[in-house]
Amino acid sequence: MNRELLKVSGLTKHYPLPRQGLMEKKQVVRAVDGISFRIREGEIFGLVGESGCGKSTTGQMLVQLVKQTEGELYFQGEPVSGLSESRMKALRRDIQIVFQDPYSSLNPKKTIGWTLEEPLIIHRIGDKLQRRKIVSETLEQVGLDASYMDRYPHELSGGQKQRVGIAAALVLEPKFIVIDEAVSALDVSVQSQILNLLKELQEKRGLTYLFISHDLNVVEYISDRIGVMYLGKIVEIFEAGVADKGPLHPYTRALFSAVPDVHKRKEHAVLQGDVPNPIEPPGGCAFHPRCPAVMDICRSEVPQLRKVGSGHEVSCHIYAEGE
Amino acid sequence: MTNSLLEMRDLEVAFTLGKQDYPALQQMTFQIGEKETVGIVGESGCGKSLTSLSIMGLLPGTAKITKGEIRLDGKSLVTSSAQQWSGVRGKDITMIFQDPMTALNPLMPVGKQIAEMALLHLGVSRKEARQLALDMMAKVGLSRVDRLYGDYPHQLSGGMMQRIMIAMALICQPKLLIADEPTTALDVTIQAQILNLLRDMNHSTGTAMLFISHDLGVIREVCDRVIVMYAGYMVEEAPVEELLDHPRHPYTAGLLQSLPGADKRGRILYTIPGRVPPLTGRRTGCPFAGRCPSATAICAAEVPQMKKAGEQHLVRCHLVAG
Repeated sequence: MNRELLKVSGLTKHYPLPRQGLMEKKQVVRAVDGISFRIREGEIFGLVGESGCGKSTTGQMLVQLVKQTEGELYFQGEPVSGLSESRMKALRRDIQIVFQDPYSSLNPKKTIGWTLEEPLIIHRIGDKLQRRKIVSETLEQVGLDASYMDRYPHELSGGQKQRVGIAAALVLEPKFIVIDEAVSALDVSVQSQILNLLKELQEKRGLTYLFISHDLNVVEYISDRIGVMYLGKIVEIFEAGVADKGPLHPYTRALFSAVPDVHKRKEHAVLQGDVPNPIEPPGGCAFHPRCPAVMDICRSEVPQLRKVGSGHEVSCHIYAEGE
Repeated sequence: MTNSLLEMRDLEVAFTLGKQDYPALQQMTFQIGEKETVGIVGESGCGKSLTSLSIMGLLPGTAKITKGEIRLDGKSLVTSSAQQWSGVRGKDITMIFQDPMTALNPLMPVGKQIAEMALLHLGVSRKEARQLALDMMAKVGLSRVDRLYGDYPHQLSGGMMQRIMIAMALICQPKLLIADEPTTALDVTIQAQILNLLRDMNHSTGTAMLFISHDLGVIREVCDRVIVMYAGYMVEEAPVEELLDHPRHPYTAGLLQSLPGADKRGRILYTIPGRVPPLTGRRTGCPFAGRCPSATAICAAEVPQMKKAGEQHLVRCHLVAG
């Protein structure tokens, strides 16, 4: 496989909460709590988990829209936090993001052409004529013709807007794109068009994606590897689509078993209760209050992410002997 | 089939824009039997929510029923007065919505909101209503109900709020519960809990259910029978296994083929060309003709009728032999 493009080591984001009283101690929301993973060049790394697990915060830290509290991000082997301003600007070209809601991520008062040209102006690329050419070529690549340059967001359907969102991410020719729930708001028939487009662009341009979604069917379809998050931590990383190397962590299993299947009505192991409050996560393994296979050690000791096979890491005491 | 509880016959609902009427629902004919769970599936704008709003008598001001009939237990709902409606709505027919946060009153304790339903429709005392509400809260799987009774919606999680909505909807033992995308805003593990609950309640109380969803997997989990809608028309109707395993309408087949999943890894997904025509741009002929891979001349000229394609299987397509 290819070389490593991006490495995340101990990445953490804590949001402080306003103090309730003068003598109260400061509380923090542990949105992301010390996660580590690597993404190889040309890979699609899926990130799944339920609301509030920290998957979007992780994506935003990778594009540096949110600054981490602790930990480091390496892009092409270089630590990002020590970069000079000019190197940082170059990095922002290489790393782009596509958001969930194409309705609110486009400026309603500006034409599509303006929106797509702006990043080129900021990065001083080409003259007016060359920029128009780049914009129309990018539009073509996402399946829209050059006439869309003069249109406004409200004239477009949801699927067309998401194509524009993708074009905006592509126009600077990045190496790495964070795709944050980009197909979640779309109808099935439009969703399949956008998924095909993302896959085609990735293959043609050799792009690398971090693909964030709560929809497990979508993630299983598109990803090479899948990372599963629960309460700010990665609990498992496994290769997608390898039948005998399926997920091991009790949370991952419950999560995948809860997805309804169109092909058969299934009996699933329903997970009881809700996700705990990330301000005061349970001690030991954060999943232990809901875990069907909980042991004594789970209540006291935090499990570490350990390798259990090639391309497979699990953070669970059940699989601790396998070292 | 069991006795029919709700009957919709040739219903047409139109929006008035300017001086013109644009039909948004046409030729809607179906029945829901007692204790039966019927699903409606389709993409945004196909008319699935409009169907449920017509049954609830809650159509927006710009829309009206222009034709057809809706009957509950043989009684016409279309000709009911506003007063008659409010006796049916909330008692015989109740509804739960996609987003419980916006459907609940943020300024009233959740328990009281449930009790109010009983107070309004069952003619019980305040004390009895409170007890009924507490019992119902326990039945929908909420714990520590005495404490929870006085909590406000913002103190509850999404899954708990949806349980409150279900308790509110079922406390008067309605004949029909309309669930409009009840799990779309929830995480999958919570969705599994709510679907289990709805199925259990359907079995234990015998309340029939009209279940609206865009998610074919969810439909398979809970429904007995399912109706597929496209651009204001029913295009296919069959028992759920039959429909999902042997779809006959090109639209249903296309939808199923375009679903992503582990089994389709490495392959390009099927896509239905084009898009749903807007309300103001719907032409004559089969509503799906413009996007159908096998459309012929007759498809553009004539709206096909629902016809039998098997036992209990109906399809609106010229290309399916009756």
